[in-house]
Amino acid sequence: MSTALYDEAIVATAKETARAERLAAPDLTVEEDNPLCGDRITLDLAFDDGRVAAVGHKTRGCLLTRAAAVLLARRAPGADAAELRRAIVSLRALLAGREEAPLWPELSMFEPVRAVASRHDCVLLPFRALEVALERRERERP
Amino acid sequence: MSAAPAPKPAPERLDLAGLRAEFPIFAARGAGFHYLDNAATGQICRAAAEALLAFETRARANVKRGVYRLADEATQAFERARAEIAAYLGAREAREVVITSGTTHALNIAAHSLCARLRPGDEILLSRAEHHSNIVPWQLAGARVGAVIRAIPLDDEGRLDLDRLDALVTRRTKVIAVTHCSNVTGAVTDLGKLGEAARSVGAVLVVDGAQRVPHGPVDVQALDCDLYAFSGHKLFASTGAGALWIRRELAEELPPFLGGGEMIRRVTIEGSTFAAPPHRFEAGTPPIGPAIALGAACAWLAGLDWARIHAHETALLDRLLSGLGTIRGVRPIGPAGLQARAPLVSFVVDGVHPHDVCQLLDARGVCTRGGHHCAQPLHDTLGLEASTRASIALYNDAADVDALLEGLEEVVRRLA
Repeated sequence: MSTALYDEAIVATAKETARAERLAAPDLTVEEDNPLCGDRITLDLAFDDGRVAAVGHKTRGCLLTRAAAVLLARRAPGADAAELRRAIVSLRALLAGREEAPLWPELSMFEPVRAVASRHDCVLLPFRALEVALERRERERP
Repeated sequence: MSAAPAPKPAPERLDLAGLRAEFPIFAARGAGFHYLDNAATGQICRAAAEALLAFETRARANVKRGVYRLADEATQAFERARAEIAAYLGAREAREVVITSGTTHALNIAAHSLCARLRPGDEILLSRAEHHSNIVPWQLAGARVGAVIRAIPLDDEGRLDLDRLDALVTRRTKVIAVTHCSNVTGAVTDLGKLGEAARSVGAVLVVDGAQRVPHGPVDVQALDCDLYAFSGHKLFASTGAGALWIRRELAEELPPFLGGGEMIRRVTIEGSTFAAPPHRFEAGTPPIGPAIALGAACAWLAGLDWARIHAHETALLDRLLSGLGTIRGVRPIGPAGLQARAPLVSFVVDGVHPHDVCQLLDARGVCTRGGHHCAQPLHDTLGLEASTRASIALYNDAADVDALLEGLEEVVRRLA
């Protein structure tokens, strides 16, 4: 049911983007678009000793994109690249119906999106940006 | 003393139930289905669906090649479809109609064939209201020859601002390519002014008619344009076929875009010569079944009472615009009135993303489109990232509009 996408948890989480800020001195900045609708996230990451020290972002998008960006910014600090990659795989598996318990439990709020394939990209946009950031970091710091 | 003139009989009402019965989807989906995404794709009419099925299951063969009876019948059906499409467009001759896969394919043919004649510094004039399909092909083809792209600005209502046309159309202008009707604002372009401007400098006028043809037959000769493109799937036929009308004299001069198949006259390893139009522009096996379906749709549509349908569509547009105006935080974009406007409305719901609007409307069976509608320069001009669009076709009714308006009330209540 389409309305299940808009339960209180998603709406409340998405509203937190209003408080989101960019980082003053990020190690990496990635900008990703959803070409379908023009939604965009600018994701800043700072690293310390192989782990994410801070996340900043500016997100222009629907409730799903914004909620996903908020959860990413909340959970990524402290994680290393391996955990971040597992979180991305886990979210994709959740949306594809292959996983019930995502690595980051809060991501289970997106379970109702599983039935609406056209909205998977909305949830994934921030995580695609994260994926691009990790690839770039790997290339630049082998 | 002369007798008083007899009162005119009241116009009969449109037989909407009969009209809807000609579109199988409504019986299939039942009550509570409100399809308002016609600017993206119209629903297929029975005439087109039956023609497509009949060809694919009982008369399928390639065209223009075989000499056996089945192939000959297929070729005849394909050429009849071309004639029916030509009649819907008001073309002088069927051979002015090139069968394409749709508007985008048609505009790519137009861009690549016309740009082959351009020189560095020549100008192509578009508008900021164009669908990406009437921008990107010109950028691609224009870049190869060093042509310069310019754009007609928009006025406050999102219409093409033609007051400054004199400054934009110069001797360097070789092509003017514009929409007949915006897929975002519904604004209908004043092609008369543009045709006049094109003639004054010897430029060619290309028109994207994708959003105009579903609202009645057109007369390309009266429009004074040189090329006219549209898609069958928006004209209540199947996906996969569209058309490009090219004025005969121009078509004779233009080089082909894609090569291979029946577009040739003679091929040697050293070079090739090309068939006469329209076949010159129809490389490879054309979309035969979809073209036959499109011909059937054109023939059926041409027999409808379009004055009555226009009145019906305009009444629905009025109901929609009036209703939107009463919902707090909902702002329609585009022309305020009903004149020179197709029955489609894009709007913004303050604080709510268009995808979220569409998702909640979907829960009520209302199909709308959210996003930039492949018109990012238009949205940029209006200072928007995206919008929600409701687009009306001949089979829509007041219940469709009312369901949308009630759904928007809920959207505002829950998310704004």
